[in-house]
Amino acid sequence: MQTIVYILPELFLSAAIMFLLMLGVFIKKSFKLVSLLTILSLVFAIALILNQPNEIIKIFNESYIIDRLSIFMKVLTLSFCCFVLLSSKDYVKSNNIDKIEYPIIILASTLGMILMIGAYDLIIFYLGLELQSLCLYILASFKREDEKSTEAGLKYFVLSALASGLLLYGCSLIYGFTGSTNFEIISANLDEANMGAVFGIVFIIVGLAFKVSAVPFHMWTPDVYEGSPTSVTSFFALVPKIAALSVFIRFMYVPFINVISQWQSIIIFLSIASMILGAVAAIGQSNIKRLMAYSSIGHMGYALAGIAAGTNSGIQSTIIYLVIYLVMNLGAFGCIFMMKRENIFYEDINELSGLSKNHPMLALSFLIILFSLAGIPPLAGFFAKFYVFMAVIEVKMYALAVIGLVTTVVSAFYYLRIIKIIYFDKPKRPFAKSYDWGLKISLILSSILVLIYFIYPSILVDAVSSILIY
Amino acid sequence: MNFPILSAIIFIPLIGALFILVTKGEHKNIVRSSKYVAIFSSLANFFLTIFLWYSFDTSTSEFQFVEERNWMEGFINFQLGIDGISILFILLTTFIAPICIFSGIHSIKFKLKEFLIAILVMETLMLGVFCSLDLVLFYLFFEGGLIPMFLIIGIWGGPKRVYSAFKFFLFTLLGSVLMLIAIISIYWITGTTDVMKLLDIRIPQEYQYLLWLAFFSSFAVKLPMWPFHTWLPDAHVEAPTAGSVILAAILLKMAGYGFMRFSLGLFPVASDYFTPLIFTLSVIAIIYTSLVALMQDDMKKLIAYSSVAHMGFVTIGIFSLTKQGLEGSIIQMMSHGLISAALFLCVGVVYDRLHSRMISSYGGLVNIMPKYAFVFMIFVLAALGLPGTSGFVGEFLVLVGAFQINIFVAVLASLGVILSAVYMLWLYKRVIFGKVASSEIKEMADLNKTEIYIFASLVFLTIFFGIYPEPLFNTIDISVSNLIDDYKTDLNFYLTQINN
Repeated sequence: MQTIVYILPELFLSAAIMFLLMLGVFIKKSFKLVSLLTILSLVFAIALILNQPNEIIKIFNESYIIDRLSIFMKVLTLSFCCFVLLSSKDYVKSNNIDKIEYPIIILASTLGMILMIGAYDLIIFYLGLELQSLCLYILASFKREDEKSTEAGLKYFVLSALASGLLLYGCSLIYGFTGSTNFEIISANLDEANMGAVFGIVFIIVGLAFKVSAVPFHMWTPDVYEGSPTSVTSFFALVPKIAALSVFIRFMYVPFINVISQWQSIIIFLSIASMILGAVAAIGQSNIKRLMAYSSIGHMGYALAGIAAGTNSGIQSTIIYLVIYLVMNLGAFGCIFMMKRENIFYEDINELSGLSKNHPMLALSFLIILFSLAGIPPLAGFFAKFYVFMAVIEVKMYALAVIGLVTTVVSAFYYLRIIKIIYFDKPKRPFAKSYDWGLKISLILSSILVLIYFIYPSILVDAVSSILIY
Repeated sequence: MNFPILSAIIFIPLIGALFILVTKGEHKNIVRSSKYVAIFSSLANFFLTIFLWYSFDTSTSEFQFVEERNWMEGFINFQLGIDGISILFILLTTFIAPICIFSGIHSIKFKLKEFLIAILVMETLMLGVFCSLDLVLFYLFFEGGLIPMFLIIGIWGGPKRVYSAFKFFLFTLLGSVLMLIAIISIYWITGTTDVMKLLDIRIPQEYQYLLWLAFFSSFAVKLPMWPFHTWLPDAHVEAPTAGSVILAAILLKMAGYGFMRFSLGLFPVASDYFTPLIFTLSVIAIIYTSLVALMQDDMKKLIAYSSVAHMGFVTIGIFSLTKQGLEGSIIQMMSHGLISAALFLCVGVVYDRLHSRMISSYGGLVNIMPKYAFVFMIFVLAALGLPGTSGFVGEFLVLVGAFQINIFVAVLASLGVILSAVYMLWLYKRVIFGKVASSEIKEMADLNKTEIYIFASLVFLTIFFGIYPEPLFNTIDISVSNLIDDYKTDLNFYLTQINN
């Protein structure tokens, strides 16, 4: 009975999903009510998680873990899920995707992510992963009558199923060669000589790299980002990344820690490839969602660089990077949600021209967020990169650091291009001025956080400093 | 003294900018109040730095007015402090900023509010560069300046502004990220990024060369040294007058300051090792860019190239590592800050009236704008280093310093003095004398009141420091001697280490 207490948030979320489904079926036109209750249950789940004891607890035969990392990541997942729902309210309404399934599926996928984050066993992990992936396929194709959305859903489904297959195959290899699915036992039984298990590790890394959209497993990202409804894109860009990176950290540093020399070079490769491709491929994009897709690929490259360092400070820097990335992207998508005239949402970056004249405050916050994404001091994005490269240079990976910082210069180019369109080009017709309050709040919050982060940068460091994995 | 005067100086412009940002109301009122706020905060800051200079103790080489606050818990502190070298740059910055604001108010026709915000933010960041005593903090301010400058060039610039703004931004960023790697490496090698501690720590020699090159990549682009100077003419030409003034008067000096404070202070062995490289590049810069300047038909471009040449003197002076050379290059930077600012303002004056920067569109201005011709003459003469102007003091001392180290370099550099006379005088002749080029010129009005005040202050300082540079020497003297002493003892330490 004692163990039940520890998974109260998960239980509560599952109960909420079922209850909301019933509610949606029995009460007609209940989208507003359901989305409100979804947000409330997310907030309540955050409260439940924050209430958990501040120690490492392993339950269900050590197959589920509650520690600082999982608590931090779960809170992050739930709160950004809230923000995404809040900021996309207006978009959802005007694009006729305000069906009751929409918030419920988001909630279900969030539950899957929470399970992934807490997993301490290959089977639990895979169950969580599948739950969130299945929901994400549906979400990608949520705009049923839209060709691109359907295509995005299908593409994502086929590719992701392949990646899940590889991942599962990797899990079975690991099980076969180490005799257990439990992370700690795997860790104890793994060593360099265990070639079969090394194959398993490679397969698992491939699957995880697909989830964080690291190059060369990134092919789905631009198409899915572009095709999905923007509200779903913003969800894709933010929430699943948290779970994926957290699982990445957990896998590399708990079961696979003894074979660090085997996976380290793979992660370095993934990181460098993502940074370079993310910087170069985004230059030619004119669709802002596609551009954000490549930008997120690049950012995941930097986050992976922290993992590649193989130290606690590396993990912490990855988590800091992730948090700042989330805040910046929340703001960026907030700006994208505001590109609206007469209920039509625009995605071409040229539509932004002259934003500075028509909407000076919106332009200013977009400016701040874009410079921050480019990593220019004194904005938050600089500190994110700074911590990562601190960790990378600590272990003397100079090549990774040089390549990483040079790619920031390349990627600065396409962020500057957007700024150029906003500030230097001739104005076009203004966008609609009626902003939704949820959108306003998340945009203001994120741009102010990005702007004033430099005043007291230790705040995030303090928050993650207790997250020690090994 | 407990009052955090340096923080106050750094953040007053930022607070002014915030005030301007949040003012609401009718457009006309906003513009007017933002003008007042900008002028007031920049002038207040100037007087505060005068007070700072007054209370500055010139008898010690220690860092003064040191402030320390927790910032990044555990490894980096928010640390400010100044010595005799940095205080002059701070004075220059707070002196130039109000001039830019006046000039901007005068000549910027749209988005004035945003322009003033950008200039004030820029001032904060520039002051931060000169005050910070921590490498990370220094980098933060050094790089942060890119954002407002990019906007100043891009929004209020000339026809090719987008290209120039991008070139400026990406060039400087590329140079600087390498410096960031070096800064982080320094942290892991020595365990601190605190400049005061680092000046006492001896960084192992094998690291110094690469670290020096990384810092060099950043400063050489910013200064700019040949062959990294190509962004400068573009940026200068396209930037609005106030932008060019900031760029020439202060941004370039940040690199010279960086060379002095960090390259010499932290990496003496590498500085010694790379001195021939610096000398070569500087001599090429002086001669080559002077020749290029000679061939320009765009006034701003000509002055931009002459800046590169003048900065060549600065680097020669710094790396000559003699007292005369170092003091000369500081004075040269100060006077170049005044003179180039004034020259760009001079171009701005006629550009505002005729909207052309081409030398060929002008001629015969002496009859139409006599006051302007007079002011322009003073600055042209100062730029070519006429005795009695501050330009002479700097160049002369640099050459004296260079002669002690390397006669060949000194002789070649002196060629630059002649060449600068050639292109400046020729510029003056073509613009001011000769036939009146067109009927529009006849309608051009002479200097108005604001312009006269701006130029009067610049003329006064240029001539004052030309005749009586003592206050400047007085301020920098001990700090420079100390810098050289430290450098020499450190170098000897390393050399004996090698010999053993």
